[in-house]
Amino acid sequence: MNTQIKIPTTGLSLLALAAALAPSAIHAQVTPQRLLDSAKEPQNWLMYSGDYAGRRYSTLEQINTKNAATLSPKWAYQTMAGGKFEATPLVVDGILYATGQDDRAFALDARTGRPIWQYQRALPGDVRPCCGRVNRGFAILGDKVFLGTLDAHVVALDAKTGNVVWDVTTIDYRAGYSITLAPLAVKNLVLIGVSGGEYGIRGFVDAYDANTGERKWRFYTIPGPGEPGHDTWEGDSWKIGGSPAWITGSYDPVTNTTFWTTGNPSPSNRGEGRAGDNLYSNSLLALDIDTGKLKWYYQFSKHDEHDYDATQVPVMVDQGDKHLILQANRNGFFYVIDRSSGKLVSANPYAKVTWSDSKDSTGSPIARKDASPTPDGTHVCPGAAGATNWMSPTYDPQTSLFYVTAREQCDIFSTAPQPYEKGHAFYGSSYFPNDDAAPFWGALRAIDPATGKLKWEFKHPSPTWAGVLSTAGGLIFTGDAEGNFMALDAASGKVLWHFQCGASVYASPMSYAIDGKQYIAIAAGSALFTFALP
Amino acid sequence: MFRPKRNLALPVGFASAVLGFLVLTVRAQDKNPYTGDAQTAQKMAQLGEFQFRANCAFCHGLGARGGGRGPDLTRAKKKNGSADADLFRTINYGVPGTAMPPNGATQQGVGMTPEEIWQVITYIRSVEKKVSAEATGDAARGKTLFSASACGTCHMINGKGGRLGPDLTSAGSARSFEYLVDSVRNPNRRLAQGISEAMKEFSQEYETANVVTADGTKLQGVVLNEDSFTLQMMDSREQIHLFDKDKLKSFEKTRESLMPAYDAKTISDKDLQDIIAYLLSVSAPQ
Repeated sequence: MNTQIKIPTTGLSLLALAAALAPSAIHAQVTPQRLLDSAKEPQNWLMYSGDYAGRRYSTLEQINTKNAATLSPKWAYQTMAGGKFEATPLVVDGILYATGQDDRAFALDARTGRPIWQYQRALPGDVRPCCGRVNRGFAILGDKVFLGTLDAHVVALDAKTGNVVWDVTTIDYRAGYSITLAPLAVKNLVLIGVSGGEYGIRGFVDAYDANTGERKWRFYTIPGPGEPGHDTWEGDSWKIGGSPAWITGSYDPVTNTTFWTTGNPSPSNRGEGRAGDNLYSNSLLALDIDTGKLKWYYQFSKHDEHDYDATQVPVMVDQGDKHLILQANRNGFFYVIDRSSGKLVSANPYAKVTWSDSKDSTGSPIARKDASPTPDGTHVCPGAAGATNWMSPTYDPQTSLFYVTAREQCDIFSTAPQPYEKGHAFYGSSYFPNDDAAPFWGALRAIDPATGKLKWEFKHPSPTWAGVLSTAGGLIFTGDAEGNFMALDAASGKVLWHFQCGASVYASPMSYAIDGKQYIAIAAGSALFTFALP
Repeated sequence: MFRPKRNLALPVGFASAVLGFLVLTVRAQDKNPYTGDAQTAQKMAQLGEFQFRANCAFCHGLGARGGGRGPDLTRAKKKNGSADADLFRTINYGVPGTAMPPNGATQQGVGMTPEEIWQVITYIRSVEKKVSAEATGDAARGKTLFSASACGTCHMINGKGGRLGPDLTSAGSARSFEYLVDSVRNPNRRLAQGISEAMKEFSQEYETANVVTADGTKLQGVVLNEDSFTLQMMDSREQIHLFDKDKLKSFEKTRESLMPAYDAKTISDKDLQDIIAYLLSVSAPQ
């Protein structure tokens, strides 16, 4: 998956490329083959992470290290909605598709930001969106765009009108389920996972027929009775063991495997009552795309008591004959995993870690006994929000570096036993910052996957929730909690350009091109901003 | 099972009116049902403590002793009313215009049930201290000491005073006695919080900046706000400076507060107690 296809290098060539898109090409069907060959049409951004490998890398290079300083805002689209705007837009043949807060969605003229259609999900008043009424984006396939909703539905919209084509219930949201991720379209399937690790759900990954909405398979992230791994749960705790899959997976067409990551066991920071490793919480799962059968798993944090969800997009990278998955985990370790076997290659800390001070024979970090939450509180790093979180990292094949948003924040973890009650928040614990501590901060870190070592870092004044994009222009784009969106030199980490968006960035950037012009897009506050050369 | 939610309750204004007129009808949110026997109260306080940790401790601190954001709730007198019904209202509806959210608005979708709110109130009652600094300190004397110690040079109370330090009008009720003592004795240990932006997780703190401008001018002040590229600062003459960091000759930020540390020789324990009693009387007048 590291075939790197360069597109024409000059603006002129881009114009030629745009000219090749005859008007009839607008709204051509997005076939499964186009998704597989996403690298062949770098002017489009066809899926959440840009490609099936989850790299969030754009081969566009009109905007590059030489001219990034002249980047200018082109247009903004205001959703006028409160709360966090976490979506990554898709762009297909000049049209931008995005979702927003409260399951709204819109299609825009990607040149101007002018809306073509808008959609607003009629949500029940009692949805359970643990951590914000967010939606991270669409998947596209055929002539439909697909979103998951806070009331745990999957909805297919007509890409030309925004009309609902089909709408299926994955499960009863009142038990604490919701969907916040952007689905993944593969072959004729729409893949989703569920959120709800704070409500005692039983997580799963589903595949739906893109044409009809019929469910083709479901993989429960917690094995049922008789299944391998079921004995890693005490008593009936498996029924309410959480393990949601709330961030978009990746796909390897060579092995027909889709990779998904899972979140914390429930209750999130209290291990009492769920003795055992609690499979497959906080794990990387390799599933057969056609059947949903588990091929292998790797569990990052066993019997987790610190909310160390593994929910980062699995990033597929090939190094020679090694086929790998890279993940900077919430628990503070950067993992390299063999994606044909699920075996750990290496695990090195990329942020401050106090929960673990040893490794087992495979090299997997082991939790310290005294890192467990207590009634009076235990100070542990990283904190519950993790050394990073759902915001996307990027892998840049030009520098061979992995870039991730790191959060240097610790928390005090305290137990607060509570009985399970269906649909009710089920933490069993609490966590809060230690206000005696030095201020928390963040950094964009460039990590060499070959060694796990830090190549460079750019410090943020406070921890941020912005993801990262790399481009063939030698640039890294990211944002910060102070509202800046910025371009850095991928090789050195030097900031080349920045723009103040007016509110914290809670999203990952993307890039597209139209009419020979490359754009960079980012959501911040309640607006979607785009930037291009003057 | 039917679970009553907070929207079963009436709008605040109407609820207050009802409370005024129908004092004989004791409704679910007026009276704590768990005050009867000591054993029940103890059990409910325990459940309430767990609820408190999960829902309240993030701002109000473990043990309800106050945190960076929320007031010390072990104090018997609460800013927004101390009766059971007041506490229920504050928890259920929040306090408009403050960081105190309504029940169920803390991103969890579903809030605490009325029973759980009463458990929390029972817990708060169990940790309340019966004697406050206010009761033992002399607020009138504290007011004189506040002026004599020149606190007002940097701190404002009810619109009068300096601008360099935090406004102390509501500090008395918003912070614990221990926090306030610590702020005076050891101001560097925990800096006061400043501006809090809508979408930003952490507030700016009252850090100190030392700046040398391009022309060599040296300035010291309090950081009003800061990002990776710019700095907004107030100097000791209350002048606001707006800087691009890359245009400064040097920029250094420290967590050594511009607030001097006052030891017991400068302000005795008794004097400090009186000053805090004054702050309490200002922030939660009778």
